Amino acid sequence: MATVIVVTSGKGGVGKTTTSASFATGLALRGYRTVVIDFDVGLRNLDLIMGCERRVVYDFINVINNEANLNQALIRDKRVENLYILPASQTRDKDALTKEGVEKILNELKQTFDYIVCDSPAGIERGALMSLYYADEALVVTNPEVSSVRDSDRILGILASRSQRAEQGDAPVKEHLVLARYAPDRAYRGDMLTIQDVLEILGIPLLGVIPESQAVLQSSNAGVPVILEEGSDAGAAYADLVDRFLGKDLPHRFIEIPKKGFLKRLFGGG
Amino acid sequence: MGLFDYFRPSPRPTTTTAALAKERLQIIVAHERGSSRRGSPEYLPALKKELLEVVRKYVPIDQSQVKVHLDREGGFEVLEFNITLPDEDHRPPASP
Repeated sequence: MATVIVVTSGKGGVGKTTTSASFATGLALRGYRTVVIDFDVGLRNLDLIMGCERRVVYDFINVINNEANLNQALIRDKRVENLYILPASQTRDKDALTKEGVEKILNELKQTFDYIVCDSPAGIERGALMSLYYADEALVVTNPEVSSVRDSDRILGILASRSQRAEQGDAPVKEHLVLARYAPDRAYRGDMLTIQDVLEILGIPLLGVIPESQAVLQSSNAGVPVILEEGSDAGAAYADLVDRFLGKDLPHRFIEIPKKGFLKRLFGGG
Repeated sequence: MGLFDYFRPSPRPTTTTAALAKERLQIIVAHERGSSRRGSPEYLPALKKELLEVVRKYVPIDQSQVKVHLDREGGFEVLEFNITLPDEDHRPPASP
């Protein structure tokens, strides 16, 4: 049975699409048939982050409206086996996303895929609500910053009250925290909320900490999910996150201050 | 930075901006959860409406005089109803 996972946050720009791209790529690398769906109708970007923007012909809304079938709209990733992308429509209105339409497509995808990753748009409007409605699990992407944490808390409230699982009284959506853009040195200095602070406020289990990293922008420039950038800190953090999601018990990395030489620490500079 | 930084005993004095951020967040999040999150079951508005109707059979009150509050403390949930009855003098005579 396929698992539907929504990547959500409420606030924009915190790393939802980056996380969706790397998470889906990671699942596929580990042998699971994975599809990642862009729910951001009108502002699609997952295709750019995945590097397949020039291969988009049909989109999610075309399939909902029976203007194309799923196989025509699904883009097969050229680097990773078992990985497919379903792009959002760039031209349609987000009202085109209906509960029935989304359900129909998810049911069809469930026949062939192990994991369906739904990349939510920012906000709490239709696209965001549709992306989380059918979710079994949720990755809540949060930055250690006041507005992001508050918005994440709102999203947790919506997952607990407006998802299909909540409406039908089934087991609740399983929530995972992804703390992105974390800078251990700033947290140490008291200039940034610590991991512990965010966990205390949101009260959901931590799946992964992604360090603030130059690799994220560089890989998006190239259209390569950062998890494929071997040797990068953010890429390694996403790889750990995927393994943890699949049940491995791994310690969190990149959460300590990078060690500096004694003299450099003593005399500053840095 | 530098020398003093290295010997600073506690990494998190309570006056840092991060400590302030945490405090503000705890307050606003607790407040907002009170009205929506996990706290508020779906049936609450309906319960409030029915309760209002029952009380109205005996005392004339309106919507704004009923306050419903759900609190969580540890493992307990406390559902609190607060109904403000009008003053004795202002109460219209009960209909027969």
